[in-house]
Order: sequence, then structure tokens, then C-alpha cells
Amino acid sequence: MISKALFFLTALIILSPSLVESEAPTTPNTQFRVCADPNNLPYSNQKLEGFENKLVDLLAKELKQEVTYTWWPQRRGFIRNTLAAGRCDVVMGIPENVDAVLTTKPYYRSAYVFVSPKAANYNIISFDDPQLQSLKIGVHLIGDDYSNSPPAHLLSSKGIVKNVVGYSIFGNYGEDSPPGKIIKAVADGEVNVAIVWGPIAGYFAQKQSVPLTITPVPTEASLPTLPFAYRIALGVRRGDTQLREKLNDLLNRKSQEINKILTEYGVPIIQDLRTER
Amino acid sequence: MDTRWWATFSLAVWATFIASVLWLCVAATVNADDLVTMQNDPNQWVHPGKNYALTRFSELNQINTKNVRNLKVSWTMSTGVLRGHEGSPLVVGDTMYFVTPFPNIVYALDLTQPGANIKWKYEPKQDSAVIPIACCDVVNRGVAYADGKILFNQLDAATVALDAKTGKELWKVQQGDFKQGQTITMAPIVIKDKVITGISGGEFGVRGFVTANDVNTGKQIWRAYSTGPDSEVLIGKDFVPPYKSHEGKDLGVTTWKGDEWKRGGGTTWGWYSYDPELNLLYHSTGNPGSWNPDQRPGDNKWSMSLFARNPDTGEAKWAYQMTPHDAWDYDGINESVLVDLNIKGTNHKALVHFDRNGFAYAVDRTTGKVLLAKAFVNVNWAEDINLETGLPIENPEKRTKQGTNVKDICPAAMGGKDQQPVSYSPRTKLFYVPTNNLCMEYEGTEVSYMAGVPYVGAIVKQYAGPGGHRGEFLAWDASTGTKKWGIKEKWAAWGGALSTAGDVVFYGTMDGWFKAVDAVSGKELWKFKVGSGIIGSPMTYRGPDGQQYVAVLSGVGGWSGLVVAGDLGTDDPTAALGAIGAFGELGKDTTKGGMLYVFSLGGAPRQVAKK
Repeated sequence: MISKALFFLTALIILSPSLVESEAPTTPNTQFRVCADPNNLPYSNQKLEGFENKLVDLLAKELKQEVTYTWWPQRRGFIRNTLAAGRCDVVMGIPENVDAVLTTKPYYRSAYVFVSPKAANYNIISFDDPQLQSLKIGVHLIGDDYSNSPPAHLLSSKGIVKNVVGYSIFGNYGEDSPPGKIIKAVADGEVNVAIVWGPIAGYFAQKQSVPLTITPVPTEASLPTLPFAYRIALGVRRGDTQLREKLNDLLNRKSQEINKILTEYGVPIIQDLRTER
Repeated sequence: MDTRWWATFSLAVWATFIASVLWLCVAATVNADDLVTMQNDPNQWVHPGKNYALTRFSELNQINTKNVRNLKVSWTMSTGVLRGHEGSPLVVGDTMYFVTPFPNIVYALDLTQPGANIKWKYEPKQDSAVIPIACCDVVNRGVAYADGKILFNQLDAATVALDAKTGKELWKVQQGDFKQGQTITMAPIVIKDKVITGISGGEFGVRGFVTANDVNTGKQIWRAYSTGPDSEVLIGKDFVPPYKSHEGKDLGVTTWKGDEWKRGGGTTWGWYSYDPELNLLYHSTGNPGSWNPDQRPGDNKWSMSLFARNPDTGEAKWAYQMTPHDAWDYDGINESVLVDLNIKGTNHKALVHFDRNGFAYAVDRTTGKVLLAKAFVNVNWAEDINLETGLPIENPEKRTKQGTNVKDICPAAMGGKDQQPVSYSPRTKLFYVPTNNLCMEYEGTEVSYMAGVPYVGAIVKQYAGPGGHRGEFLAWDASTGTKKWGIKEKWAAWGGALSTAGDVVFYGTMDGWFKAVDAVSGKELWKFKVGSGIIGSPMTYRGPDGQQYVAVLSGVGGWSGLVVAGDLGTDDPTAALGAIGAFGELGKDTTKGGMLYVFSLGGAPRQVAKK
């Protein structure tokens, strides 16, 4: 049973994120303070099994800092409740130039990919493939209104809706890493093909008993407002240019080791052929 | 000293003396188990909406248009919680009950004591992991009373029954799993031996449902879903569709593509009403879930619908969908108030529903047919509601589309009215309606990153509508669909309304003014600045000392007030689904804080002997 005092302390911390206001760093530079999702492989989890966990260790070691995590699910309000509330100084993965934070230089670029059983031999490389009219297609669902993944939007703009199945990105948070479920659905034959963000596809495809084929969506498929490839960076608080410069320098120096970690986790890396945003 | 004031005061004291004697008689004769009888006792406030019809009208008239200017604070109490305080307290016998936002502390206060001492306090044990999973503010809209029990819902989707005398937990049932996005913010309703509750979480793809549990044991009696096959929506042989577009088998499946109805939204977090004579429960459903409108072609039934159900079995008598294939987030959950209306010389058993979509519907509550529907705020997404078909006559230019910036859509996603409940006075035959005056821009281009996937979100910018004010408190004649008067407010009128037989109407504002206005003219009679903005609903009761009291919870928050309650930055006008654009400056006018305020003419309560 939780004591009353502890309960109020917890409530205070939860309900008053502004106690530690942003901008002015309040902790000495001995800590590498990260906010991360406690249950979201391949990125991070509380057992520190994700590639972002490995990157945290790598960067903190270079900075000779001790790692402290604040765990918070990556949902609406994630940045508001983590970085902006002063609970940490760094988030490990965020698309370059997202307004809510100050981003570092990107450290990888990936894309949405087609995932299908190798044995099926669909060989889909484009959204114009006529097979997409009839195959059962899985995509991630994010929210209501217009908050959905770029493939969901592109499919609907092409009138492909009847054969599309949505898998909630949030899923059942009581289970391990809910976003990975869609890849299992391909392996189990629940859907024929899934169009999934590369890092999730690459990692979970390795875990299936059936061999799966992963083909990046052609970036030419991108509509002007709908990119399919994204550069991913670290995020720091707006205005924290000092930390950003420090991290940029580290990302430059450690790029080889970073790439090695990403490759181990099966992250499909898309070379930077053109700018998409 | 003003002698007129003295005259009024002495009269009030005299009246309270007589009333206190009467009060004891009434309290002694009321059958404590009969909510239908209890709701008619003006001394108590036993339902969240005063009565099953949700009129939020009190027969008390000790406080009236003549003396309300003398209203003063009797006592106050900090709730200990800083988030948005929606809903209102109950008064049953000589005890006041209310529940705070998360962590959902329930208080029982002894009204026989001058300071209304805490009788008991119940603190649920909830996993704090529910906070980041419930997306927005962590509000709770109140407790229900039945048969010596206090019933309420926790944010983590549990329904709990407490002993009203001791606060001891009697039973607790889990209606859903917050880890799957299911949360509860609504106040339950008790009908006969059942406690009936809904569910929140539409934007996580939660499939809406309404559940009836045995009030004595918590055992589930029935559950009716908002989407899916008729057998699960509980549409059976008693169901009579009000319109052609509502006819057919399993519309909760066939008006969706594939199995998307399984994640279909249509959550059920509003206030419910009940007609004991017709034995019908009235509730409504929210927006369709998880997908942009382009990805879910079809009417998406039974999202955005009014339902009439048999509370004994859950079987639907009729259902009427107000906004087919929603593209604006015009969540249909607002309350339905049960009144008899004379429309063009004919009397109707009606329900009146002020929808988020901006139309005030008068519906025949026996059949679900619309009698009258008129815009009660600035509306441009539809011209009108066709009474022959029940369908909105849409303005195609205002239907939102992926990749297109549709500008100047009114009302905004927060609607012409959101959760803030209306009041109806049978004396003036007017509805008192707290409204929003908001419009929006809707563009699907913003790239964001959630759960580690890049996605394209809508840029929803909400802003003040024509006139520049964000809200208006208005008096509405539902039998003709006309506005009688309106009081413009700087912020959305996000708190509920209370009307009384003293012909005084009370409401609070987001910048913290608690106001009393004349029910007939709308003239402001009194106001008091409370500690934090008001999004709760005032209630009134007669205390054991015979005085009439008016109580309201202050504590800004909710969707509109999240900028203050949740410490959001004001840099991004699209944050909190566009709330920041309209409410970014709210922090200059109010700060967060949870307080109960109680007012009366005589000030502090007088000690009365314990019964």
C-alpha cells in the first residue's frame, strides 16, 4: 500500500510539471537526463533494450555523464510533459525541424517500407502496383481527425480504403511494444502486406519465424506535404543551443558507432538523395 | 445602513426559520430509496443534473432577483487538486458529496457543522500511469447517489460504490483497461437498481459502450456498444428507426469499411437523462474513431447519435444520427434535457439537445424524430437540418479534406457547446445555454512523431468567432428555436448553468467570475471573483439551518483550459488540438486551483442540533 505522503509527493510531481521550469538548466552537468518511452522497442524500454538506450549510453559515456531516465509514453503531450516541463534535457528520436523542440543534426534517415512474406513474392515496390487494390494492407492508425501515417493518407487519396486494415500505434500498452504487432500480423497472414515505418519493420521482421521482405517505399511517392522518408534527430529544449552544439559535435564524431548500432537493430537506412522537407 | 436591505434580510431570516422546520419534516418523510421522489425535493440535489430530466432547475426561491445582490461567501474548501474541476457537488440529506479530478478524491462534508467539516474522504488507488495515457485534462464530472451509496467513476475506468455514511468501499468494477486507452470522466446515472456509465477515449480508437451494473453488487447486467452488429448495439425488435437512412440490419457494421467499426469511437462520456414514465434512458455518442474521414467512408453509425434505451435491458428504442461521417470532431455527447414543448400549437414529449455541431435539436423523445433544429451559434458547415430526412444540409466547401486547408469553419471542433450543461426553467420556459463562439482552420499537413512513427496530423487552429468574444451565455426558446438574450463572454462559457424559482440564473466564467443574472432579462444582478476559472456547474440546496446555498467548484482546466491546468506553452497555436490558438492568453486572466465555493444571503451557516 502506498503511503499517503508518497502518494501526495507523486501527485505533486505528476500534476506540477512546471515546478522545474524549462530554459534555465537546474541540474549540474553531471547528468545526461533523457525522457523516453518505457515500452516502445526498437527505440527504448525500461530494460534498456532499445537502440535509443544504446545511443544514450554511448553519448553519456563520451560526455562523462551519468544517465537518468524519465519514462513517459510517446503520446500526445509527450514533449509538453517531458522536455518542455524540464523533466529531462534530451529526447532521442524526433524528426528534424519539428517545431516543438530544437533538433540536432539528423543521425539517421529512414522511410516507410512495404513488408510482406518472402514466400508470397509480391515484389511490391510502388503505390501504383495494381496488387494493392486487392491485397489486404495493414497500416498504423494514430488518432482520429487527420492524424495518421503518410501511407494511410496516400492510400485513401488513391481510393484504396476497403482493403486497408488499421493497427493502433498505441495498441494495448499492457503488452510489450504494441507498435510491433502489425509485423506479426504479416507473418501470421492476418494481412498480406503492411506499410510500416522502417525502424519498426526492420526490428520486428527479425523476430518473426517466417522470412519477410522489406522494401522501402519510393520517396518519389511523396506528395508535397506528405514525405515518406524522414531524417531523425535528437531533440533538446528550444533555446538550449549549447547542448545542441555539444550533441552535434558528438553525433559527428561517433557516426560510425551510431550506424553500427542502427544496423544491428535492422533499421533501414535511406541514403540522402534528395531533400524532402 | 440601507433600511431596504435590512427588510430583505429580516425576511430572509424569518423565511429560513420556517424553512428549517419544513426541511426537517420533509427530510423525515422522504423515502430515501426513491430517487424519483428525492429529485423533487428542492432542499436536496441528488442527481448531477438535479433531476432525471437534467433541467438543473431548483424550486428554491429564498435567493431571488430582489436579494441576490446580497449574496456572500458562506464557506470555501480547497480540494487539494489543481486540474480542471467539471461537474457539481450533490447534497443528500445533510451531507454534501463531490469528487475531484484525478486522483479522484471523494469528499463527504457535514452540512450541520458551520465549517462543513469533512465527514469522510476516500482516496482511490490508481496507477499514475493513467495520466500520460489519458490524453488531455484529467477531469471528472461528478458522483451519483442511490440507496445509501455514492457511485463514481475513476479515470482508470473503474466504477466504484461507497457507503454514503462511512465512505467505505462496497464494490469496484473495471469497465475497461486504461492501457488500451479506455478512461472514464463522466458522472454515472442510477436508474432503479442499476448504475449506468459510459466510456472515454475515442481518439485512441476505443469502441464506445454504455454499461449497466447492479447497484448493490457491481455485477454487469448489460452492455450496449455504439458500433458493431445490432446484437451488440442492442438493436432488436423494439427498435423503430426514425428515418429511412437509419433503416437496415447491422448499420453499425455496414456503414464502415472492413472491421473498422471495432475501433469505431462513438464514446459515451456525457450526462445521461431518464424518463421514468416512458422508461427510457437517453444518452449520446461521440465522434467516429481512429482514421481521417477519407479512410472511413460511410455514415459511421452509430457515432454522433442520440440513443433512447430501455434501462432494464439496454435495448434501443430508437437512435438518431446527427452528424453522419463526421469530419470536424463534432462529438455528439452533449446532454439531452427532457421537457414538454409546445411547437406550433402541438404539445410534444421532447428532448432538447444543444449539439457540438451548432444546432439545437428539439426531438420527439418517444420516436427520435426531429421536431425543430436551429443553429444556436454561428454555423456554416451546414445550412439547415432537413426535417423530412433528419440529415444536415451540408455546405460542401466546409467539409475537411486531407491536404486542403479549409478555412473559416464554424463552429470549431470544441463545438457550439461542449460538456458545459444547460439549464431549463419551467417558469420562463427558457433554456440557459453556456456556449462557445469559436471557428477553426483545418489543414492536414503537420508532421509529428508519436510512438516513434512520423505521421501527418491536422493543423487545427481554433480562434474566436465573429465579434472576437469566445463565448456567450444565452437564453433560448426551444419551442421556436430563437435566442431571447445573450451575454458575451471573453472566454468560452465552459461552466454549466443553474436556474431557480427565484428567477435567478447562475453560471461561472473561465476567468473566474461567478455570476447571477435575471432569468427573464439577462441583466447581471451579482458577481463574485473566485480563485480560479470556473468550468464546473453550480447547484443549490437548502442547508439544515434553513438557508438556501449556492455551490460551485472553481478550478480551470478541461480541453479549453488545459493551457493553464496543464502548463502548456503558448507558442504553438495548434497544440492541444487547436485549443491554444483560442485560449493561449487565458493564463493572463486566471491561474489553476481547485476550490469549492458556497454562497448564501446570511453568510456563515448556523449550527443546528444533530438529529
